[in-house]
Amino acid sequence: MTDTAPRELPLQELDEVIIRFAGDSGDGMQLTGDQFTSISAALGNDLATLPEFPAEIRAPQGTLAGVSAFQVRISDFAITTPGDAPTVLVVMNPAALKAQLHNLVQGGAIIVNTDAFTERNIEKAGYKSNPLDDGTLEGYRSYPVPMGQITRDAVAEHGVKPRDAERSKNFFALGLISWMYTRPVEPTMDFINTKFRGKDLVIKANEAAFKAGYNFGETAEVFEAHYEIRPAPLASGEYTNVNGNTALAWGLVAAGVLARLPTFLGSYPITPASDILHELSTMKNFGVRTFQAEDEIAAAASAVGAAFGGALAFTTTSGPGIALKGETLGLAVSLELPMVIVDVQRGGPSTGLPTKPEQADLLMAMYGRHSESPMPIVAAKSPSHCFDAAIEACRIALKYRTPVMLLSDNALANSSEPWLLPDINALPDIGVDFETEFNGTNEDGDGIYLPYLRDEETLARPWAIPGTPGLMHRVGGIEKEDGSGNISYDPENHQKMVDVRQAKVDGIDVPDAEVMGDQDADFCFLSWGSTWGAVDAATARLQADGHKIAYVHLTHLNPFPSNLGEVLGKFKKVLCPEMNAGQLDKLVRAKYLIDVQGAHKMNGVPYTTAEIQAAALEALRV
Amino acid sequence: MTDTSTRTGPADWATDQEVRWCPGCGDYSILTAMRMLMPELDVDREKTVFVSGIGCAARFPYYMNTYGMHGIHGRAPAIASGLAMARPDLDIWVIGGDGDMLSIGGNHLIHALRRNVNLKVLMFNNMIYGLTKGQFSPTSESGKVTKSSPMGSLDHPFNPISIALGAESTFVARTHDMDRKHMMDTFRRAHEHKGAAFVEVFQNCNVFNDGAWEGITKKQNRDANLIQLNHGEPIKFGAESEFGVVIDDGSAKIVSVSDVAESSLLVHDENKEDPSTAFMLSRLARGPFEPTPVGIFRAVERTEYAASATQQLAVAQDQKGPGDLAAILRSRGTWTV
Repeated sequence: MTDTAPRELPLQELDEVIIRFAGDSGDGMQLTGDQFTSISAALGNDLATLPEFPAEIRAPQGTLAGVSAFQVRISDFAITTPGDAPTVLVVMNPAALKAQLHNLVQGGAIIVNTDAFTERNIEKAGYKSNPLDDGTLEGYRSYPVPMGQITRDAVAEHGVKPRDAERSKNFFALGLISWMYTRPVEPTMDFINTKFRGKDLVIKANEAAFKAGYNFGETAEVFEAHYEIRPAPLASGEYTNVNGNTALAWGLVAAGVLARLPTFLGSYPITPASDILHELSTMKNFGVRTFQAEDEIAAAASAVGAAFGGALAFTTTSGPGIALKGETLGLAVSLELPMVIVDVQRGGPSTGLPTKPEQADLLMAMYGRHSESPMPIVAAKSPSHCFDAAIEACRIALKYRTPVMLLSDNALANSSEPWLLPDINALPDIGVDFETEFNGTNEDGDGIYLPYLRDEETLARPWAIPGTPGLMHRVGGIEKEDGSGNISYDPENHQKMVDVRQAKVDGIDVPDAEVMGDQDADFCFLSWGSTWGAVDAATARLQADGHKIAYVHLTHLNPFPSNLGEVLGKFKKVLCPEMNAGQLDKLVRAKYLIDVQGAHKMNGVPYTTAEIQAAALEALRV
Repeated sequence: MTDTSTRTGPADWATDQEVRWCPGCGDYSILTAMRMLMPELDVDREKTVFVSGIGCAARFPYYMNTYGMHGIHGRAPAIASGLAMARPDLDIWVIGGDGDMLSIGGNHLIHALRRNVNLKVLMFNNMIYGLTKGQFSPTSESGKVTKSSPMGSLDHPFNPISIALGAESTFVARTHDMDRKHMMDTFRRAHEHKGAAFVEVFQNCNVFNDGAWEGITKKQNRDANLIQLNHGEPIKFGAESEFGVVIDDGSAKIVSVSDVAESSLLVHDENKEDPSTAFMLSRLARGPFEPTPVGIFRAVERTEYAASATQQLAVAQDQKGPGDLAAILRSRGTWTV
């Protein structure tokens, strides 16, 4: 490389860094970010990631629409969010700079691939002049690096053409960042050899590019220091890095294993839920039957049919799919069959923002079926919690014989975090028994089967599946007589059935609401879904500033924990931050007459810790 | 399977529910045909499921002593597909009317047929919406005056057999509610078929569209207007079998047998892989006022959907071993703190 001895560069210890890699969709930013995350995980840092995908699959190269970004936060302390704003921006082209600069903290570092800043690219990005020298970067620490050129030179000796060399730029960037944050080299070498197995030229090129990036950091006099982030005090055990969709898929399969039931997924591809369908499709050796239906309604309808047959059935989708499935879900409520419906929420209304998070489907989950059609709701709070939430949703579905809505969102779906692997043997047994005997008698004293006879404790009806001799019966969506299940228009019966369906949901064994933070605080956050991480972090910051702050985070939204009213009633101020226009606050106000205030935003970006902190300060001021 | 002493009879297949169809409805005779057929098929009641959507026809499951689901409008083929996939061991019949199956349910019908899911789909076609009291349906003739079309319907009707063949259904047949034996034979063939079976049943709604099919199904009209398709035989009809069918210039045409050479008469082949000839036959009649083919249009073999899905589960187990939850959770790489 060079013949000067390596310089003695100061090694600074940081408690965290938030790096955002940004480039064109073809630049491999997701892969770069993923790999950096992987190495950091292995080193023992706590971490959280947040990818930002463009909505188009392949927007024209170099345009703003094609910018793809990946944010990763690594720390030496426990964290719950991917960070409010990056402190380091790695920018591969002008469009990425234009799209991302405003996110960078003041005084933050920009590592920029100068080779991409041609006149043409600068223009495509919408700049009038070269941002590298027109003052745009004032206030930041910028580190210009001719990544393209160096990569081309490094890979040339392996016979790689200049145009193909472009594709290895991301490994150059990874090498540079790996040096900068003192990450080991071997894991990435292994990764390259595994991922590109069979493509020797690609392997050599990527390895060379990575090393070139690493060495550049070390020898070029561009950086004034490099950094170290020590391992975080995580609980000891075995970890994997998982995103919400994967954890959710695994949770559904685990539920089937724990219930000792065959599983069935009816689904239709929709961003951002499709990955769950993909993941479950690869798990056929668990006996998971996946059915890619012709549309969202067929997806839900097929799950109803499978549940009737005795499978643990699911359907997965996003907001638009839930809207379509409304009538079918109403049928499931009336049939009182177990089923889990997953809504990975995204920006709306209508087609909205398919790749951006929002949590505006809560009221649809509560009321999105005509008439009084109550359905339990479980909501995940973090990527790894999606696993537990899936199992919990299945537990409720099976025990109470009811469809259950499981809410996730785009941020949870694609963000990842280290997950302390659970002991499989400690997971709950959620199995229920099929009905195999008569449960009633007719006037002649003969045994008969009453499909709507209820368990005294749970109000659940028995589950007798086709193939069971003697228990032949018909179910349907028309109102039925309690007990016999025969069609009934009787006025008293209808009132009774509406009431008992409601009572069944109201009586679900939901864990009590827990108050986190200062038990004697006057102020309490109320939250649900993916805002948990930011609420938790904001609480800690406010406490550090001397405020007494509590929070209650709900994972069960229907029914609410039975102590919720009492718990919230103790606080002088309750603030509910939501990524919608006010939904949980409405539900709590309606049920408990507690003056819950809301903090709302709907901009397709997850709530940041700073925003929630500011909302609390605002509320405390009043 | 069972010895004759424990075999069921038609009464064993009836439920205690009072049948609520209008007196004189064609559905009664279809129900009777089904109840008489089941004992002959020697199948188990507990392994039989009737799935329906919404409509008069869709009340059918309540009157059969089997497992049954009265679902939502149009969605029965989708519900049944999920049931078939989860439970390939069951005999699943899907019952609906022309509105349920071809209007709101059209999409689910063609996909279930395309996939060749092992479902026996019976569509009772009365060319009207009965349950909602008399609107035109996707099979009603153009210009039909109904409650929602006082100046005559502007719709051009579907031809259900053409649709089913276009969806590549591996079994396509037609029967009618005035010939019990014909219905039983047709349903029996559908039951024997491995894969999706589509059967159109001409059915009379005596309240909202009385006599709509009589031009071809009434006893005295059958000789002239019902063309029975028999596999392996030249297609002939008429009191003296004086009419036949030839293919001329890309369509099926009716000829007098005496006018053509015997060898030019179309010989019916149920098993023909290419559905084009069957499609041409489906186009013979423009409506129930001219000679209309009945019987089995097509009966071909194709891999059945649920069986294939089950096979993939077995192959996956062979390749990856039985599912190991602990292993899957570790499959993306782990590290230890």
